Amino acid sequence: MTFTRPSFRHPSQPTNSLGYSRSDYEGTISTLCAGCGHDSISNAIIQACFEIPVEPHKVVKMSGIGCSSKTPAYYLGKSHGFNSVHGRMPSIATGANMANRDLIYLGVSGDGDTASIGMGQFIHVLRRDLNMTYVVMNNGCYGLTKGQDSATADKGSKSKKGAPNPFESIDLCELAIQLGAGFVGRGFSGDKQQLVPLLKAAMSHEGIAFLDVISPCVTFNNTSGSTKSYQYVRDHIEATGTFDFIPLQQEILTQYEEGTTQAVTMHDGSVIYLHKNANSPDVTNRRKSMDILEAEKEKGRLLTGILFLDPESSDTHEILATSLSPLNTLTETELCPGSAALQKINERLR
Amino acid sequence: MKPTQTENPEYFHNVIDCQYACPAHTPVPEYIRLISDGRYDDAYMINWVSNVFPGILGRICDRPCEPACRRGRIEKEPVAICRLKRVAADNKDSIKNRLPSVPTAKNGKKIALIGGGPASLTVARDLLPLGYQVDLYDNQAAAGGFIRTQVPSFRLPAEVLNEEVNYILDMGVTCHFNHYVRSLKAMLDKGYDAIFIGTGAPRGRDLPELPGRKEGDAYIHVGIDWLAAVLYRHVARIGKRVLVLGGGNTAMDCCRTARRLGGEDVRVVVRSPRTEMKASPWEIEDALHEDVPVIDNHVPLEFVVEKGRLVGMRFDRVVGRLDENGRRKLASTGEEPVFMPCDEVLLAVGQQNAFPWIEKDLGLQFTQKGLPLLNEITHQSTLKQVFFAGDAAFGPRNVITAVAQGHQAAISIDLFCQGEDLGNRPHPKVNLFGQKMGYHEWLYESQVTDDKRQAVSVIEKVKSLKDRLLEVELGFDKEKGHKEARRCLNCDVQTIFIAQTCIECDACVDICPVTCINFLADGEETDLRSRLQIPAENLSQSLYVSPPLPTGRIMVKDENVCLHCGLCAERCPTASWEMLKFTYHSAQAGDK
Ligand SMILES: Cc1cc2nc3c(=O)[nH]c(=O)nc-3n(C[C@H](O)[C@H](O)[C@H](O)COP(=O)(O)OP(=O)(O)OC[C@H]3O[C@@H](n4cnc5c(N)ncnc54)[C@H](O)[C@@H]3O)c2cc1C
Ligand SMILES: Cc1ncc(C[n+]2csc(CCOP(=O)(O)OP(=O)(O)O)c2C)c(N)n1
Ligand code: SF4
Ligand code: SF4
Ligand code: SF4
Ligand SMILES: [Mg+2]
Repeated sequence: MTFTRPSFRHPSQPTNSLGYSRSDYEGTISTLCAGCGHDSISNAIIQACFEIPVEPHKVVKMSGIGCSSKTPAYYLGKSHGFNSVHGRMPSIATGANMANRDLIYLGVSGDGDTASIGMGQFIHVLRRDLNMTYVVMNNGCYGLTKGQDSATADKGSKSKKGAPNPFESIDLCELAIQLGAGFVGRGFSGDKQQLVPLLKAAMSHEGIAFLDVISPCVTFNNTSGSTKSYQYVRDHIEATGTFDFIPLQQEILTQYEEGTTQAVTMHDGSVIYLHKNANSPDVTNRRKSMDILEAEKEKGRLLTGILFLDPESSDTHEILATSLSPLNTLTETELCPGSAALQKINERLR
Repeated sequence: MKPTQTENPEYFHNVIDCQYACPAHTPVPEYIRLISDGRYDDAYMINWVSNVFPGILGRICDRPCEPACRRGRIEKEPVAICRLKRVAADNKDSIKNRLPSVPTAKNGKKIALIGGGPASLTVARDLLPLGYQVDLYDNQAAAGGFIRTQVPSFRLPAEVLNEEVNYILDMGVTCHFNHYVRSLKAMLDKGYDAIFIGTGAPRGRDLPELPGRKEGDAYIHVGIDWLAAVLYRHVARIGKRVLVLGGGNTAMDCCRTARRLGGEDVRVVVRSPRTEMKASPWEIEDALHEDVPVIDNHVPLEFVVEKGRLVGMRFDRVVGRLDENGRRKLASTGEEPVFMPCDEVLLAVGQQNAFPWIEKDLGLQFTQKGLPLLNEITHQSTLKQVFFAGDAAFGPRNVITAVAQGHQAAISIDLFCQGEDLGNRPHPKVNLFGQKMGYHEWLYESQVTDDKRQAVSVIEKVKSLKDRLLEVELGFDKEKGHKEARRCLNCDVQTIFIAQTCIECDACVDICPVTCINFLADGEETDLRSRLQIPAENLSQSLYVSPPLPTGRIMVKDENVCLHCGLCAERCPTASWEMLKFTYHSAQAGDK
């Protein structure tokens, strides 16, 4: 029985500028079904964190319940984590983020965890623009409970059970754009070349960055009638255009020809270069982004890439003008500023 | 790049680094697994078939397999392949009933073997079961060649040597010992169907031009002659202060033997830098452990003889410099010569071939270097019924090379005697065998242990220096043997990719601990090597390349550090990776 992974890694495994190897971002061996898309996303997260690079102990990974929500065990073994109850990842993330704004918040969830039981939490975390990256591993079903159709299953799509889904589906990206997320993207677990930069760019965004990642459930929803199968996604995938993500620390080496790219500078100083061609849509305009999503859907295409980008949105801390330092660093002096300060506050309320 | 042709048996053979590096292509991982299962007899026989002398080689093999071993590429030290061979030999029961039977009805062909070293003995072992009559001629009192007369007993006890030599002699070799062959012509006239020459490289190099050589002759000895004299007890003592010149394994055996015959201040002096010494690292270590310093960058200038007695030697200090052609040359530092006092000197500065007994007019041609002109594959000389192998063929090497060449010569002799084309050689016997038992279960132990190379116990130094017959290394006990065996990565269990069923889910890419597997756009080999997630820089290991997949990409696996852990096959949802055990047995005489 092999439930362990050898501890050896490639002898020429590179290190990043912080001195960490990719293996420093790994977790335990996955117990998901062999071939599950979620495992690929886990590995894309490992790769993105290695490449950015982030310090493992500065990251908080959170999740709800589901196969997707089990994945934090499989990456970032040296980071903080919280596995909440079903659909409640956003409130846990909100609490943690309010307490310590200096950490990097990465939440993962499933389409069931987000679009069914957690819908109420999801829309509010979007509205509040919490500074976090929110990843949905979207397989169109409840994998953990044996593959029931989820709210993102397309109308008419057939899972292993065989009955076509009779209900309308929810497009989580449209919802996110509508509710004010400043970074919205869609990826596919089977395309790390796109997914890793998407994750990196999302994690550089201040405010909520939402990523819907199509992630086939090989066991219950990878059938020929399913619109979330490897085959279907590969046949219907379309990208908004390619982009380069240049993190803050990195020198910009490539020269782009005038008019072929659009540079968007993120809050932390990183730059996203959106490459344009004749049919690449403008993704910095909310209305147009919604339109293009609808238009592609009408054509039966699945649009991926960065779908909407507005680095100027303000996050919950800014909106609420909260403490600039993490709560655990506040001492008695700041917390009990004395009677003079109390006096002042009372004056204001008179 | 062209998709890999795994039908070519050499592709998977190359993945089994140790077996590929072994001149006799011993199926190493197969015997190592048998040792970890405690099946010592079976492990011994796998060895015996391939390399003829498992107990001997388990002690003194030059171990070309170990620097090649994959484990040495993923951590500090390779699997102790050689010592594991000894574990099999030490722990086996009697294997006599497993030795091949020799037919009583002979095939009517008579072969002469000149020299009784490992090369000749291998030829005898391969040909006797086929019905050949074999006559062996050697100038020594017993068979074994240099491994009897040169390799000291503290490295190879006589019982071990006798046991394995006798397995062969008992198959029915007609031995003519103490018989120096003085004339090849006379041998040819005896009417043998073929003659095999395995006379080694029996002449030790001297330094005849060095001043004082003649005057000090009584105190200066050629190393290999001296070692033989020690074996035959013609020499029982040596002076207290001994200088050993030379940096090869002979020098190491000379200095360690000298320590056992009364040498107290024994030094090895070499011309070139320490890093260029020819001796195996472990032999140098053993000498250092026995308090023999190695003094490098010293070129001998003269033997200093006073009143007819050797009192010491003078050396010039040198440094290695590159000349205008980029070759390393030793240049004097210009300092005063160094004087080292000594009572005796042992010369271990090289070995030469010598064939004074082969008449020049027989049609047997020699190269400019004085070696017989041979076909490198068939080992046939320019006299079509005369074959060479071992040190006599291509110059001094080691036992395992002599064995491997002996197998080739035996194949040729058999083909020759049967009137067949020598180029029409038998193919290796290969097989692929599925290892899957269940979802996570395999026929082999797929888990990779983190254990470090086991240290071997040795006998106490004070004891061993008193008795040159006492074996120094004690070998691994069963437990250590088992632990060490589990370090083997089963490189013969091959990963096989089935492109037709792959859905490109990346599961194998994600699980592979050593980042071997890649899915990417096609390209030429050098381009592909550079574009892998971790570039494939070890050119001795192949890229395993698939035909194009539905997305247009190809699967490229760098075989270099694959752990053969089977996780790719466990994680693949469509069973597009298979783990198949590849067996490769080199052809031997009589195989079709
Ligand atoms: C000091 C020393 C230590 C060594 N240690 C190792 C070691 O640790 N590991 C290793 O792998 N190798 C070692 N070697 C090398 C190894 O011994 C040889 O490579 C190997 O024995 C070669 O085998 P062979 O069959 O070709 O010839 P040999 O073993 O040399 O046998 C040739 C035989 O032919 C006899 N002979 C020669 N001419 C005639 C003739 N005209 N008539 C009759 N008989 C004749 C010789 O006396 C000898 O017995 C060592 C060599 C030396 C010198
Ligand atoms: C409060 C609550 N209700 C229901 C469940 C049962 N349940 C567990 S996982 C799951 C759905 C998970 O679906 P999704 O989030 O899409 O994850 P997937 O397994 O598909 O990755 C449900 C309904 C639960 N664990 N807790
Ligand atoms: S049930 Fe589906 S979602 Fe869950 S691990 Fe298996 S393949 Fe992945
Ligand atoms: S790990 Fe085992 S099979 Fe692989 S090269 Fe080393 S000894 Fe041979
Ligand atoms: S795990 Fe199997 S199906 Fe998936 S990419 Fe690897 S070989 Fe292909
Ligand atoms: Mg789901």
